[in-house]
Amino acid sequence: MSDHQVTVTVNGVEYEREVEARKLLIHFVRDDLDLTGSHIGCDTGNCGACSMIVNGTLVKSCMMLAVQADGATVETVEGLAEGDELTPLQQSFSEHHALQCGYCTPGMLISATALLRANPSPSEEEIRKALQGNICRCTGYWNIFEAVKAVAK
Amino acid sequence: MLLREVEYAKPTSVSDALSALAAHDGARALAGGQTLINVMKARAASPDVLVDLNGLDELKGIELAADGTLTIGAMTSYTELMASAEAKARPILAEVVSTIADVQVRNRGTVGGNVCANDPTNHLPPLMTAIGARMTIAGAGGEREVPAEEFFLGVYMTAVGPGELLTRITIPAGKHDGFAAITLGADGTCIANAAASLNGSLRVALGCVDAVPVLLQPASADEDAVRAAVQSANLDPPSDVHASAEYRAHLAEVLALRAARQAKERA
Repeated sequence: MSDHQVTVTVNGVEYEREVEARKLLIHFVRDDLDLTGSHIGCDTGNCGACSMIVNGTLVKSCMMLAVQADGATVETVEGLAEGDELTPLQQSFSEHHALQCGYCTPGMLISATALLRANPSPSEEEIRKALQGNICRCTGYWNIFEAVKAVAK
Repeated sequence: MLLREVEYAKPTSVSDALSALAAHDGARALAGGQTLINVMKARAASPDVLVDLNGLDELKGIELAADGTLTIGAMTSYTELMASAEAKARPILAEVVSTIADVQVRNRGTVGGNVCANDPTNHLPPLMTAIGARMTIAGAGGEREVPAEEFFLGVYMTAVGPGELLTRITIPAGKHDGFAAITLGADGTCIANAAASLNGSLRVALGCVDAVPVLLQPASADEDAVRAAVQSANLDPPSDVHASAEYRAHLAEVLALRAARQAKERA
């Protein structure tokens, strides 16, 4: 077993750490960097609670090794708001009651952020398709959809 | 989930990757990881060494030749395939991969990984078989090309042997293709699927009904001929919680007809 030196920039902050090859990116971010906003829901790649944006690409961080993020720029839910100032999407989630228990919310916000960056004017179908990889156990999909739709131009 | 201890190598050339794969019996290529990492969590696979292919630019990209032949690098992601102008030469490719799982999985999952995993419920093994794709496999002795119908050998098994790598997939020109599936939810796992290609004579490949795609070459593209071809295949599909063997065989016939009809409508 060998440790690997990795340098990862998360939400604009550069971290240098030693990681075992077997460590998943989600565990690295939560346990080693203490950024616990991203959640582990199913740990089988289905639920999307661990979604992050890695080098501009939306991924599920439970299906990527931390060592694979060496040199990468990672964005998590903690990186969205500037201080107390929510992004329009976060504000819209609040206004539309788009979270109940809140467990899926970090992943929903990150997936919707990735969508709106790539496509600021998504159709309803495109919003639904973009959130397909994120499961809400409260089944609060309608309000999540409405919240995203409200900030789509 | 904490994975079992594993070594990690990230080669920067295909020859280095082949050396790393050949150096350890327990070495395994890591493509997009959208299957393998989950399989490792479940301890269904426990490689000693992961050889990460994500640094190999020579395995990425899509080329379109003047005669319409497409060459797809094994490490091309589904998302890259969907966005490729070249891949529009064979529209069925982007259509099918756009129905695999979800955005995140399509961003990391690769065409090569899908065919090399050869899970019987995957989309691409039957599609590649129907459209007559050819797989290029690199090994210590150089490269060899294997037609799709000889590439898929068994559940999770392909012609890619120990110490070898799938490098690219070559797809002949053609537009008259079809694909149909019954899935667990929209874009979910396939319970049964079928791909068809009517570029010349009709080829239909059935997925989820056997260890490898079942290739049918009906006498014509007429519905009766497709139905007869499915029936003469004497399918004996597995039963599971989603479908009995009998129902899955029924689905295979329905989906073969749908895929063949779609291919015919485009002809």
